[in-house]
Amino acid sequence: MPARATHRVRPPIRKAPFVVLTIFVLVWVAGVATGEPQRVLEQAWQVCLSCIGIG
Amino acid sequence: MELIRKWVQLIAAVVMNGSWSFPFTRTLYQGPLKVICAPGLNCYSCPAATTYCPLGSIQQLMGSLRFSLENGQYYLGLFVVGSIGILGGLFGRMICGWACPFGFIQELLHKLPTRKFGVPRVLRYAKYGFLAFFVVLLPLLLVDEFGTGHPWFCKFVCPAGTLEAGIPMLLLQPNLRNTAGLLFLNKLVIMVVFIIWSIFASRPFCRTTCPLGAFYALFKKVRLVKLHLDPAKCTNCKACHHVCPMGVKFNESPDDAECITCLACMNRACKFDAISLEIGGLPLGHGETRLPAPSTTK
Repeated sequence: MPARATHRVRPPIRKAPFVVLTIFVLVWVAGVATGEPQRVLEQAWQVCLSCIGIG
Repeated sequence: MELIRKWVQLIAAVVMNGSWSFPFTRTLYQGPLKVICAPGLNCYSCPAATTYCPLGSIQQLMGSLRFSLENGQYYLGLFVVGSIGILGGLFGRMICGWACPFGFIQELLHKLPTRKFGVPRVLRYAKYGFLAFFVVLLPLLLVDEFGTGHPWFCKFVCPAGTLEAGIPMLLLQPNLRNTAGLLFLNKLVIMVVFIIWSIFASRPFCRTTCPLGAFYALFKKVRLVKLHLDPAKCTNCKACHHVCPMGVKFNESPDDAECITCLACMNRACKFDAISLEIGGLPLGHGETRLPAPSTTK
């Protein structure tokens, strides 16, 4: 009877997270290219009273 | 590990609300950091907020989309969706468990010693409705005479906005108190309901209502960092069922959309080393799996 040996198997790397991340990085870059960060910043600097239930 | 998570939650909450000059300025922080996306639910109208709320921004951009397009500006929300998409692709709902200030508040409330109750599982689907309708469709489609939509979730629902922004702004600016009417009362009631509910049930807002949690839940199978179940080691003892703050039966659904990767099941429940944290498929701590080699006969 041969001795039952063990060997090490490296688990496969999941590719899906890297595909998803690449897609969203491209989406983010497209947003930056259209100048959206400035618009977001302008919104974030103002108090939106109706947003917080006042006015 | 639970203590480390609590510290991370506290630090995240302080960093996202790190502008403490508001008692003197009596208004919001208006510096350049506000172009950074808050990973968790944190109202950007909070006087101390240093980052922008992705939900608030998306609603504002959807509401003003027609106006923007008419003026030749293509503000489609790509920057904001890209930001939370990157966070979702990396961590998914781990952000809810580690970096959401409102989740942290709910956890602290739940520590109050009372009888505890569960949250009906069917209510978990409501948050996807809030994401689709209150964050995207209603701000986009229901517009006023000027062609502008309203931030429906912020305006009518968000208890984090009431707690972090509505109440503080009323305290800081007394002249606003006359304008607080039925709308504010509605939001105040919603906030009180969730505060009381949080004492008796674990994270009820995260489980039933949070649109940001619903968005991150879409990444349940494809996020980079997630928990892994080794079926060969799992004895089906169901110990993981009893410690999960989100009501996940981890051994039955390891990719459950509700899992916030708080690691309670891994550290406090499983005695058989069946649950591990993995990054992109590689287990943390032990990067290799031992498998029996096929027997060879000569």
